[in-house]
Amino acid sequence: MKTGETGILTTTIDKALEWGRSNSLWPLTFGLACCAIEMMAVQGSHFDISRFGSEIFRNSPRQSDLMIVSGTVTKKMAPRLKRLYDEMPYPKYVIAMGVCVIQGGPYVKGYSVVLGVDRVVPVDVFVPGCPPTPDALTYGIMTLQKKIRGETDR
Amino acid sequence: MSNLVELNMGPQHPSMHGVLRLRLKLDGEIVREIEPIIGYLHRNAEKLCEMDYFCDNIVYFDRMDYVGAMNMEVGFLEAAEKLLGVEPPERAQWIRVVAAELNRIAAHLVWMGAFGLDLGMLTPFFYCFIEREKILNIFVELSGTRQQYNYMSIGGVYQDITPKIIEEIKEFIKQFPKKLEEIANLFLKNDIFLSRNRGLGVIEKETAISYGVTGPILRASGVPYDVRKEEPYLVYDKLNFDIPVSQKGDNLARFMIRLEEIRQSVKIVDQAITKIPDGPYFNPKAKKSLMIRLRGEGEVYARTESSKGEFGVYIVGDGGVKPYRVHVRSPTFKNLSIIPAVAKDKMIADLIAILGTFDLVFGEIDR
Repeated sequence: MKTGETGILTTTIDKALEWGRSNSLWPLTFGLACCAIEMMAVQGSHFDISRFGSEIFRNSPRQSDLMIVSGTVTKKMAPRLKRLYDEMPYPKYVIAMGVCVIQGGPYVKGYSVVLGVDRVVPVDVFVPGCPPTPDALTYGIMTLQKKIRGETDR
Repeated sequence: MSNLVELNMGPQHPSMHGVLRLRLKLDGEIVREIEPIIGYLHRNAEKLCEMDYFCDNIVYFDRMDYVGAMNMEVGFLEAAEKLLGVEPPERAQWIRVVAAELNRIAAHLVWMGAFGLDLGMLTPFFYCFIEREKILNIFVELSGTRQQYNYMSIGGVYQDITPKIIEEIKEFIKQFPKKLEEIANLFLKNDIFLSRNRGLGVIEKETAISYGVTGPILRASGVPYDVRKEEPYLVYDKLNFDIPVSQKGDNLARFMIRLEEIRQSVKIVDQAITKIPDGPYFNPKAKKSLMIRLRGEGEVYARTESSKGEFGVYIVGDGGVKPYRVHVRSPTFKNLSIIPAVAKDKMIADLIAILGTFDLVFGEIDR
Protein backbone atom coordinates (compact mmCIF):
# COMPACT_ATOMS: atom_id res chain seq x y z
CA MET A 1 0.00 0.00 0.00
CA LYS A 2 1.16 3.51 -0.75
CA THR A 3 -0.04 6.63 0.97
CA GLY A 4 -0.03 9.79 -1.03
CA GLU A 5 0.57 13.12 0.62
CA THR A 6 -2.89 14.31 -0.25
CA GLY A 7 -4.50 11.71 1.99
CA ILE A 8 -5.33 9.31 -0.83
CA LEU A 9 -4.72 5.60 -0.31
CA THR A 10 -3.89 3.55 -3.35
CA THR A 11 -4.05 -0.21 -3.10
CA THR A 12 -5.10 -3.26 -5.03
CA ILE A 13 -8.45 -4.92 -4.49
CA ASP A 14 -6.70 -8.11 -3.45
CA LYS A 15 -4.69 -6.35 -0.76
CA ALA A 16 -7.73 -4.57 0.59
CA LEU A 17 -9.71 -7.81 0.71
CA GLU A 18 -6.87 -9.63 2.44
CA TRP A 19 -6.57 -6.87 4.98
CA GLY A 20 -10.28 -7.02 5.67
CA ARG A 21 -10.40 -10.79 5.89
CA SER A 22 -7.44 -11.08 8.19
CA ASN A 23 -8.86 -8.60 10.67
CA SER A 24 -12.34 -10.06 10.92
CA LEU A 25 -11.81 -13.78 11.34
CA TRP A 26 -14.96 -15.19 12.83
CA PRO A 27 -14.28 -18.53 14.45
CA LEU A 28 -16.79 -21.34 14.65
CA THR A 29 -17.88 -22.41 18.14
CA PHE A 30 -16.48 -25.87 17.85
CA GLY A 31 -15.18 -27.20 21.15
CA LEU A 32 -14.26 -30.84 21.24
CA ALA A 33 -12.32 -31.45 24.43
CA CYS A 34 -9.88 -29.92 26.89
CA CYS A 35 -8.53 -27.32 24.47
CA ALA A 36 -12.02 -25.87 24.12
CA ILE A 37 -11.76 -24.50 27.66
CA GLU A 38 -8.57 -22.69 26.69
CA MET A 39 -10.34 -21.45 23.57
CA MET A 40 -13.02 -20.05 25.88
CA ALA A 41 -10.29 -18.44 27.96
CA VAL A 42 -8.97 -16.74 24.84
CA GLN A 43 -12.42 -15.33 24.33
CA GLY A 44 -12.61 -14.24 27.99
CA SER A 45 -11.59 -10.96 29.46
CA HIS A 46 -8.00 -11.67 30.36
CA PHE A 47 -6.72 -12.60 26.91
CA ASP A 48 -9.42 -10.94 24.86
CA ILE A 49 -9.20 -12.17 21.31
CA SER A 50 -11.38 -9.28 20.14
CA ARG A 51 -8.27 -7.13 19.94
CA PHE A 52 -7.56 -9.08 16.76
CA GLY A 53 -11.05 -8.87 15.39
CA SER A 54 -12.05 -12.45 16.19
CA GLU A 55 -14.33 -11.97 19.15
CA ILE A 56 -17.54 -13.12 17.53
CA PHE A 57 -17.72 -16.89 17.85
CA ARG A 58 -20.39 -18.00 15.41
CA ASN A 59 -22.53 -20.99 16.18
CA SER A 60 -23.31 -21.75 12.57
CA PRO A 61 -20.60 -22.89 10.16
CA ARG A 62 -22.28 -20.86 7.43
CA GLN A 63 -21.43 -17.61 9.18
CA SER A 64 -17.87 -18.35 10.16
CA ASP A 65 -14.62 -18.48 8.28
CA LEU A 66 -12.20 -19.94 10.82
CA MET A 67 -12.44 -23.36 12.37
CA ILE A 68 -10.37 -23.86 15.50
CA VAL A 69 -10.26 -27.62 15.95
CA SER A 70 -9.79 -27.74 19.71
CA GLY A 71 -9.52 -31.18 21.18
CA THR A 72 -9.13 -34.82 20.21
CA VAL A 73 -10.80 -35.81 16.95
CA THR A 74 -12.14 -39.34 17.23
CA LYS A 75 -13.04 -41.61 14.35
CA LYS A 76 -16.70 -41.12 15.18
CA MET A 77 -16.35 -37.34 15.09
CA ALA A 78 -14.22 -37.06 11.94
CA PRO A 79 -17.09 -37.33 9.38
CA ARG A 80 -19.02 -34.64 11.26
CA LEU A 81 -15.95 -32.40 11.30
CA LYS A 82 -15.53 -32.86 7.57
CA ARG A 83 -19.16 -31.99 7.02
CA LEU A 84 -18.89 -28.84 9.14
CA TYR A 85 -15.83 -27.82 7.17
CA ASP A 86 -17.70 -28.36 3.92
CA GLU A 87 -20.56 -26.21 5.15
CA MET A 88 -18.30 -23.23 5.74
CA PRO A 89 -18.20 -20.68 2.90
CA TYR A 90 -14.96 -19.79 1.15
CA PRO A 91 -12.46 -18.40 2.07
CA LYS A 92 -12.06 -20.67 5.07
CA TYR A 93 -9.19 -21.43 7.37
CA VAL A 94 -8.41 -24.13 9.91
CA ILE A 95 -6.26 -23.91 13.04
CA ALA A 96 -5.27 -27.22 14.60
CA MET A 97 -5.06 -26.56 18.32
CA GLY A 98 -3.26 -29.01 20.59
CA VAL A 99 -1.15 -32.09 20.03
CA CYS A 100 -4.20 -34.40 19.89
CA VAL A 101 -5.30 -32.63 16.74
CA ILE A 102 -1.81 -32.48 15.29
CA GLN A 103 -0.81 -36.13 15.67
CA GLY A 104 -2.84 -37.89 18.36
CA GLY A 105 -1.10 -36.55 21.44
CA PRO A 106 -1.34 -38.68 24.57
CA TYR A 107 -3.89 -40.89 22.80
CA VAL A 108 -1.61 -41.78 19.92
CA LYS A 109 -1.60 -45.45 20.95
CA GLY A 110 -5.37 -45.62 21.09
CA TYR A 111 -7.72 -47.28 18.65
CA SER A 112 -10.36 -44.58 18.34
CA VAL A 113 -8.38 -41.41 17.70
CA VAL A 114 -7.66 -39.80 14.34
CA LEU A 115 -3.91 -39.25 14.20
CA GLY A 116 -3.92 -35.68 13.02
CA VAL A 117 -6.83 -33.63 11.75
CA ASP A 118 -4.87 -32.87 8.57
CA ARG A 119 -5.99 -36.32 7.41
CA VAL A 120 -9.55 -34.99 7.37
CA VAL A 121 -9.38 -31.29 6.51
CA PRO A 122 -6.51 -29.09 5.27
CA VAL A 123 -4.85 -27.19 8.11
CA ASP A 124 -3.37 -23.69 7.90
CA VAL A 125 -1.73 -23.25 11.29
CA PHE A 126 -0.69 -25.82 13.88
CA VAL A 127 -0.60 -24.71 17.51
CA PRO A 128 1.19 -27.31 19.66
CA GLY A 129 0.70 -27.78 23.39
CA CYS A 130 -1.41 -29.90 25.68
CA PRO A 131 -3.38 -27.74 25.92
CA PRO A 132 -1.75 -24.73 24.25
CA THR A 133 -1.86 -21.66 26.44
CA PRO A 134 -4.18 -18.86 25.34
CA ASP A 135 -1.07 -16.90 24.42
CA ALA A 136 -0.08 -19.66 22.02
CA LEU A 137 -3.50 -19.68 20.38
CA THR A 138 -3.43 -15.91 20.04
CA TYR A 139 -0.05 -16.24 18.36
CA GLY A 140 -1.50 -18.89 16.09
CA ILE A 141 -4.29 -16.56 15.03
CA MET A 142 -1.80 -13.76 14.42
CA THR A 143 0.26 -16.13 12.28
CA LEU A 144 -2.84 -16.98 10.30
CA GLN A 145 -3.53 -13.27 9.80
CA LYS A 146 -0.03 -12.83 8.44
CA LYS A 147 -0.55 -15.81 6.16
CA ILE A 148 -3.79 -14.35 4.82
CA ARG A 149 -2.06 -11.05 4.14
CA GLY A 150 0.68 -12.86 2.28
CA GLU A 151 3.41 -11.87 4.73
CA THR A 152 5.97 -14.38 5.87
CA ASP A 153 6.76 -15.01 9.48
CA ARG A 154 10.48 -14.75 9.16
CA MET B 1 -50.29 -42.84 14.40
CA SER B 2 -47.49 -40.61 15.39
CA ASN B 3 -46.81 -37.27 13.83
CA LEU B 4 -43.73 -36.46 15.84
CA VAL B 5 -40.91 -34.62 14.15
CA GLU B 6 -37.49 -36.09 14.62
CA LEU B 7 -34.75 -33.55 15.25
CA ASN B 8 -31.05 -34.04 15.64
CA MET B 9 -29.20 -31.79 18.06
CA GLY B 10 -25.44 -31.79 18.11
CA PRO B 11 -22.67 -32.93 18.18
CA GLN B 12 -21.69 -29.43 17.13
CA HIS B 13 -24.05 -27.19 19.04
CA PRO B 14 -23.25 -24.19 21.23
CA SER B 15 -25.04 -25.52 24.29
CA MET B 16 -24.13 -29.19 24.10
CA HIS B 17 -21.06 -28.66 26.30
CA GLY B 18 -18.77 -30.40 23.92
CA VAL B 19 -19.99 -33.20 21.77
CA LEU B 20 -23.27 -34.48 23.13
CA ARG B 21 -25.79 -35.46 20.49
CA LEU B 22 -29.48 -35.66 21.27
CA ARG B 23 -32.08 -37.26 19.07
CA LEU B 24 -35.34 -35.52 19.88
CA LYS B 25 -38.90 -36.38 18.95
CA LEU B 26 -40.87 -33.18 18.86
CA ASP B 27 -44.55 -32.44 19.06
CA GLY B 28 -44.52 -28.84 17.92
CA GLU B 29 -42.05 -27.27 20.29
CA ILE B 30 -42.53 -29.82 23.02
CA VAL B 31 -39.99 -32.55 23.43
CA ARG B 32 -41.65 -35.96 23.71
CA GLU B 33 -38.66 -38.25 23.54
CA ILE B 34 -34.95 -37.73 24.12
CA GLU B 35 -32.20 -40.11 23.23
CA PRO B 36 -28.67 -39.02 24.15
CA ILE B 37 -26.00 -40.39 21.85
CA ILE B 38 -22.49 -40.31 23.24
CA GLY B 39 -19.09 -41.55 22.17
CA TYR B 40 -17.88 -38.63 20.07
CA LEU B 41 -14.98 -38.09 22.44
CA HIS B 42 -14.16 -41.69 23.24
CA ARG B 43 -10.40 -41.60 23.66
CA ASN B 44 -10.01 -45.07 25.20
CA ALA B 45 -8.33 -43.69 28.31
CA GLU B 46 -9.12 -46.79 30.36
CA LYS B 47 -7.43 -49.05 27.84
CA LEU B 48 -4.42 -46.76 27.55
CA CYS B 49 -4.02 -46.88 31.33
CA GLU B 50 -3.26 -50.58 31.01
CA MET B 51 -0.37 -49.82 28.69
CA ASP B 52 1.35 -47.34 30.99
CA TYR B 53 3.05 -47.40 34.36
CA PHE B 54 0.98 -46.51 37.40
CA CYS B 55 2.68 -43.14 37.74
CA ASP B 56 1.99 -42.27 34.10
CA ASN B 57 -1.72 -42.99 34.31
CA ILE B 58 -2.31 -39.62 35.95
CA VAL B 59 -1.92 -38.08 32.49
CA TYR B 60 -5.11 -39.75 31.29
CA PHE B 61 -7.00 -38.89 34.45
CA ASP B 62 -6.08 -35.22 34.07
CA ARG B 63 -7.79 -35.25 30.71
CA MET B 64 -11.00 -36.85 31.90
CA ASP B 65 -12.62 -33.99 33.76
CA TYR B 66 -10.48 -31.31 32.22
CA VAL B 67 -12.02 -28.41 34.10
CA GLY B 68 -11.33 -30.03 37.48
CA ALA B 69 -8.18 -32.01 36.83
CA MET B 70 -6.86 -31.84 40.41
CA ASN B 71 -9.95 -33.67 41.64
CA MET B 72 -9.35 -36.42 39.09
CA GLU B 73 -5.76 -36.81 40.28
CA VAL B 74 -6.95 -37.10 43.87
CA GLY B 75 -9.45 -39.76 42.79
CA PHE B 76 -6.91 -41.85 40.93
CA LEU B 77 -4.25 -41.58 43.62
CA GLU B 78 -6.68 -42.60 46.34
CA ALA B 79 -7.01 -45.92 44.53
CA ALA B 80 -3.45 -46.30 43.24
CA GLU B 81 -1.81 -45.54 46.55
CA LYS B 82 -4.05 -48.03 48.27
CA LEU B 83 -3.05 -50.68 45.73
CA LEU B 84 0.67 -49.91 45.76
CA GLY B 85 0.84 -49.43 49.53
CA VAL B 86 2.43 -45.99 49.39
CA GLU B 87 1.09 -43.54 51.94
CA PRO B 88 1.45 -39.84 51.11
CA PRO B 89 2.96 -37.79 53.95
CA GLU B 90 0.81 -35.44 56.01
CA ARG B 91 2.03 -32.31 54.24
CA ALA B 92 1.24 -33.70 50.80
CA GLN B 93 -2.31 -34.55 51.91
CA TRP B 94 -2.96 -30.99 53.01
CA ILE B 95 -1.50 -29.59 49.81
CA ARG B 96 -3.74 -31.93 47.83
CA VAL B 97 -6.81 -30.70 49.67
CA VAL B 98 -5.90 -27.07 48.96
CA ALA B 99 -5.28 -27.80 45.28
CA ALA B 100 -8.42 -29.89 44.87
CA GLU B 101 -10.68 -27.32 46.50
CA LEU B 102 -9.20 -24.45 44.50
CA ASN B 103 -9.83 -26.49 41.38
CA ARG B 104 -13.39 -27.16 42.49
CA ILE B 105 -13.93 -23.41 42.65
CA ALA B 106 -12.45 -23.03 39.16
CA ALA B 107 -14.60 -25.86 37.78
CA HIS B 108 -17.78 -24.39 39.22
CA LEU B 109 -16.84 -21.00 37.80
CA VAL B 110 -16.49 -22.47 34.33
CA TRP B 111 -19.86 -24.12 34.76
CA MET B 112 -21.43 -20.89 35.91
CA GLY B 113 -20.09 -18.97 32.94
CA ALA B 114 -21.20 -21.66 30.50
CA PHE B 115 -24.63 -21.86 32.11
CA GLY B 116 -25.00 -18.14 31.58
CA LEU B 117 -24.06 -18.61 27.93
CA ASP B 118 -26.69 -21.34 27.58
CA LEU B 119 -29.36 -18.96 28.76
CA GLY B 120 -28.13 -16.12 26.59
CA MET B 121 -26.32 -14.16 29.28
CA LEU B 122 -22.86 -13.22 28.07
CA THR B 123 -21.75 -10.96 30.93
CA PRO B 124 -21.30 -13.50 33.76
CA PHE B 125 -18.99 -15.52 31.53
CA PHE B 126 -16.41 -12.74 31.55
CA TYR B 127 -16.68 -12.20 35.30
CA CYS B 128 -16.27 -15.92 35.97
CA PHE B 129 -13.24 -16.19 33.74
CA ILE B 130 -11.47 -13.27 35.42
CA GLU B 131 -11.68 -15.12 38.74
CA ARG B 132 -10.77 -18.45 37.19
CA GLU B 133 -7.72 -16.87 35.62
CA LYS B 134 -6.50 -15.89 39.10
CA ILE B 135 -6.78 -19.50 40.29
CA LEU B 136 -4.97 -20.73 37.20
CA ASN B 137 -2.13 -18.30 37.87
CA ILE B 138 -1.71 -19.93 41.27
CA PHE B 139 -1.69 -23.35 39.63
CA VAL B 140 0.89 -22.23 37.10
CA GLU B 141 3.24 -21.42 39.96
CA LEU B 142 2.34 -24.62 41.75
CA SER B 143 2.57 -27.09 38.89
CA GLY B 144 3.72 -25.28 35.78
CA THR B 145 0.63 -25.62 33.61
CA ARG B 146 -2.78 -24.04 33.41
CA GLN B 147 -5.13 -26.92 32.96
CA GLN B 148 -3.74 -30.45 32.89
CA TYR B 149 -1.54 -30.20 35.91
CA ASN B 150 -0.05 -33.66 36.47
CA TYR B 151 0.79 -32.14 39.82
CA MET B 152 0.14 -34.95 42.23
CA SER B 153 2.09 -38.13 41.90
CA ILE B 154 2.17 -41.44 43.71
CA GLY B 155 3.46 -40.79 47.21
CA GLY B 156 2.92 -37.06 47.41
CA VAL B 157 3.02 -34.07 45.15
CA TYR B 158 5.45 -33.22 42.40
CA GLN B 159 6.65 -29.95 43.88
CA ASP B 160 6.51 -28.34 47.30
CA ILE B 161 4.20 -25.44 48.04
CA THR B 162 6.26 -22.33 48.78
CA PRO B 163 5.44 -19.50 51.21
CA LYS B 164 5.04 -17.22 48.21
CA ILE B 165 2.29 -19.41 46.75
CA ILE B 166 0.60 -19.62 50.17
CA GLU B 167 0.58 -15.83 50.32
CA GLU B 168 -0.95 -15.70 46.84
CA ILE B 169 -3.67 -18.14 47.79
CA LYS B 170 -4.44 -16.16 50.93
CA GLU B 171 -4.69 -13.01 48.87
CA PHE B 172 -7.03 -14.71 46.42
CA ILE B 173 -9.24 -16.07 49.20
CA LYS B 174 -9.45 -12.62 50.75
CA GLN B 175 -10.80 -10.87 47.68
CA PHE B 176 -12.78 -13.72 46.17
CA PRO B 177 -16.01 -13.79 48.28
CA LYS B 178 -16.79 -10.21 47.34
CA LYS B 179 -16.33 -10.97 43.65
CA LEU B 180 -18.43 -14.10 43.99
CA GLU B 181 -21.32 -12.05 45.36
CA GLU B 182 -20.96 -9.79 42.35
CA ILE B 183 -21.20 -12.76 40.00
CA ALA B 184 -24.12 -14.23 41.94
CA ASN B 185 -25.99 -10.95 41.75
CA LEU B 186 -25.64 -10.96 37.99
CA PHE B 187 -27.72 -14.12 38.01
CA LEU B 188 -29.99 -13.72 40.98
CA LYS B 189 -31.04 -10.14 40.37
CA ASN B 190 -32.00 -11.00 36.82
CA ASP B 191 -35.73 -11.61 36.59
CA ILE B 192 -35.50 -13.49 33.31
CA PHE B 193 -32.96 -15.88 34.78
CA LEU B 194 -35.13 -16.55 37.81
CA SER B 195 -38.35 -17.05 35.91
CA ARG B 196 -36.66 -19.34 33.41
CA ASN B 197 -35.25 -21.58 36.11
CA ARG B 198 -37.61 -21.59 39.04
CA GLY B 199 -39.66 -24.77 39.19
CA LEU B 200 -38.15 -26.15 36.00
CA GLY B 201 -36.66 -29.61 35.69
CA VAL B 202 -37.65 -30.87 39.10
CA ILE B 203 -35.92 -34.10 40.08
CA GLU B 204 -37.61 -36.02 42.89
CA LYS B 205 -35.49 -37.54 45.62
CA GLU B 206 -36.42 -41.13 44.73
CA THR B 207 -35.86 -40.61 40.99
CA ALA B 208 -32.43 -39.13 41.62
CA ILE B 209 -31.38 -42.02 43.82
CA SER B 210 -32.72 -44.68 41.46
CA TYR B 211 -30.77 -43.22 38.52
CA GLY B 212 -27.53 -43.13 40.51
CA VAL B 213 -27.24 -39.37 40.33
CA THR B 214 -24.61 -37.85 42.63
CA GLY B 215 -22.99 -34.54 43.36
CA PRO B 216 -24.69 -31.16 43.42
CA ILE B 217 -27.69 -32.50 41.48
CA LEU B 218 -28.43 -35.09 44.16
CA ARG B 219 -27.93 -32.57 46.94
CA ALA B 220 -30.29 -30.16 45.20
CA SER B 221 -32.93 -32.91 45.39
CA GLY B 222 -32.65 -33.13 49.15
CA VAL B 223 -30.16 -35.92 49.79
CA PRO B 224 -27.26 -34.74 51.95
CA TYR B 225 -24.76 -37.10 50.35
CA ASP B 226 -21.16 -36.06 49.88
CA VAL B 227 -18.23 -38.48 49.89
CA ARG B 228 -16.11 -35.92 51.70
CA LYS B 229 -18.43 -36.36 54.69
CA GLU B 230 -19.65 -39.94 54.21
CA GLU B 231 -16.25 -41.53 53.76
CA PRO B 232 -13.61 -38.86 54.40
CA TYR B 233 -10.44 -39.23 52.39
CA LEU B 234 -7.22 -37.19 52.70
CA VAL B 235 -7.74 -34.83 55.64
CA TYR B 236 -11.34 -33.81 55.06
CA ASP B 237 -12.35 -35.13 58.49
CA LYS B 238 -10.15 -32.50 60.13
CA LEU B 239 -11.84 -29.65 58.32
CA ASN B 240 -14.99 -27.83 59.24
CA PHE B 241 -17.43 -27.37 56.37
CA ASP B 242 -21.10 -27.91 55.57
CA ILE B 243 -22.87 -29.80 52.84
CA PRO B 244 -25.44 -27.52 51.21
CA VAL B 245 -28.80 -29.24 50.66
CA SER B 246 -31.94 -27.99 49.01
CA GLN B 247 -35.34 -29.66 48.98
CA LYS B 248 -36.62 -28.06 45.78
CA GLY B 249 -34.77 -30.06 43.16
CA ASP B 250 -35.28 -27.58 40.33
CA ASN B 251 -32.83 -25.70 38.14
CA LEU B 252 -32.53 -22.79 40.51
CA ALA B 253 -31.81 -25.12 43.42
CA ARG B 254 -28.98 -26.72 41.49
CA PHE B 255 -27.57 -23.27 40.77
CA MET B 256 -27.80 -22.27 44.42
CA ILE B 257 -26.15 -25.51 45.58
CA ARG B 258 -23.16 -24.95 43.32
CA LEU B 259 -22.92 -21.35 44.45
CA GLU B 260 -22.96 -22.45 48.07
CA GLU B 261 -20.39 -25.14 47.30
CA ILE B 262 -18.00 -22.49 46.04
CA ARG B 263 -18.42 -20.68 49.34
CA GLN B 264 -17.75 -23.89 51.28
CA SER B 265 -14.66 -24.57 49.18
CA VAL B 266 -13.40 -21.09 50.01
CA LYS B 267 -13.95 -21.95 53.66
CA ILE B 268 -12.00 -25.20 53.30
CA VAL B 269 -9.07 -23.55 51.54
CA ASP B 270 -9.07 -20.81 54.14
CA GLN B 271 -8.71 -23.37 56.94
CA ALA B 272 -6.38 -25.75 55.16
CA ILE B 273 -3.89 -23.14 54.01
CA THR B 274 -2.99 -22.22 57.59
CA LYS B 275 -2.81 -25.82 58.77
CA ILE B 276 -0.29 -27.21 56.25
CA PRO B 277 2.27 -28.94 58.52
CA ASP B 278 6.01 -29.01 57.99
CA GLY B 279 7.71 -32.13 56.78
CA PRO B 280 8.41 -33.99 53.56
CA TYR B 281 6.05 -33.48 50.65
CA PHE B 282 7.00 -36.78 49.09
CA ASN B 283 7.10 -40.30 50.43
CA PRO B 284 10.68 -41.55 50.02
CA LYS B 285 9.35 -45.04 49.33
CA ALA B 286 8.08 -43.84 45.96
CA LYS B 287 11.22 -41.97 45.02
CA LYS B 288 10.80 -40.31 41.66
CA SER B 289 13.50 -42.32 39.94
CA LEU B 290 12.12 -45.61 41.26
CA MET B 291 8.45 -44.85 40.74
CA ILE B 292 8.07 -46.96 37.62
CA ARG B 293 9.16 -50.01 39.59
CA LEU B 294 6.21 -49.88 41.95
CA ARG B 295 4.21 -53.08 41.73
CA GLY B 296 0.65 -53.68 42.82
CA GLU B 297 -1.43 -56.79 43.23
CA GLY B 298 -5.09 -57.16 44.05
CA GLU B 299 -8.04 -54.94 43.38
CA VAL B 300 -9.10 -51.66 44.93
CA TYR B 301 -11.97 -49.28 44.57
CA ALA B 302 -11.75 -45.74 45.87
CA ARG B 303 -14.33 -43.01 45.67
CA THR B 304 -13.89 -39.30 45.97
CA GLU B 305 -16.05 -36.26 45.50
CA SER B 306 -15.16 -34.45 42.32
CA SER B 307 -16.84 -31.22 41.34
CA LYS B 308 -19.43 -33.23 39.37
CA GLY B 309 -20.24 -35.93 41.89
CA GLU B 310 -18.96 -39.23 43.15
CA PHE B 311 -15.88 -40.20 41.20
CA GLY B 312 -14.90 -43.81 41.64
CA VAL B 313 -11.75 -45.52 40.41
CA TYR B 314 -11.37 -49.28 40.26
CA ILE B 315 -7.93 -50.72 39.65
CA VAL B 316 -6.86 -54.33 39.31
CA GLY B 317 -3.19 -55.13 39.58
CA ASP B 318 -1.60 -58.45 38.64
CA GLY B 319 1.70 -57.84 40.39
CA GLY B 320 3.25 -56.03 37.45
CA VAL B 321 4.40 -52.47 37.00
CA LYS B 322 1.31 -51.66 34.96
CA PRO B 323 -2.32 -51.99 36.03
CA TYR B 324 -4.23 -54.97 34.69
CA ARG B 325 -7.50 -53.09 34.44
CA VAL B 326 -8.66 -49.58 35.25
CA HIS B 327 -12.29 -48.63 35.38
CA VAL B 328 -13.81 -45.27 36.15
CA ARG B 329 -17.20 -44.60 37.63
CA SER B 330 -17.76 -41.23 36.12
CA PRO B 331 -20.36 -39.00 37.80
CA THR B 332 -21.47 -37.10 34.71
CA PHE B 333 -22.20 -40.29 32.79
CA LYS B 334 -24.65 -41.34 35.50
CA ASN B 335 -26.04 -37.83 35.74
CA LEU B 336 -26.63 -37.68 31.99
CA SER B 337 -28.81 -40.79 32.14
CA ILE B 338 -31.56 -38.92 33.99
CA ILE B 339 -32.00 -36.28 31.29
CA PRO B 340 -34.58 -38.20 29.20
CA ALA B 341 -36.72 -38.56 32.33
CA VAL B 342 -36.37 -34.95 33.51
CA ALA B 343 -36.64 -33.01 30.28
CA LYS B 344 -39.57 -35.01 28.87
CA ASP B 345 -42.62 -32.96 27.86
CA LYS B 346 -40.76 -29.67 28.19
CA MET B 347 -40.04 -27.03 25.58
CA ILE B 348 -36.78 -27.20 23.62
CA ALA B 349 -35.57 -23.97 25.25
CA ASP B 350 -36.20 -25.50 28.66
CA LEU B 351 -34.29 -28.61 27.67
CA ILE B 352 -31.23 -26.42 27.08
CA ALA B 353 -31.66 -24.79 30.48
CA ILE B 354 -32.00 -28.16 32.20
CA LEU B 355 -29.02 -29.56 30.33
CA GLY B 356 -27.01 -26.53 31.40
CA THR B 357 -27.43 -27.31 35.08
CA PHE B 358 -26.00 -30.80 34.68
CA ASP B 359 -22.41 -29.63 34.19
CA LEU B 360 -21.57 -32.14 31.50
CA VAL B 361 -17.92 -32.71 30.68
CA PHE B 362 -17.39 -35.06 27.82
CA GLY B 363 -13.87 -36.09 28.59
CA GLU B 364 -15.34 -37.88 31.55
CA ILE B 365 -18.50 -39.29 29.99
CA ASP B 366 -16.83 -40.87 26.97
CA ARG B 367 -13.38 -41.28 28.50
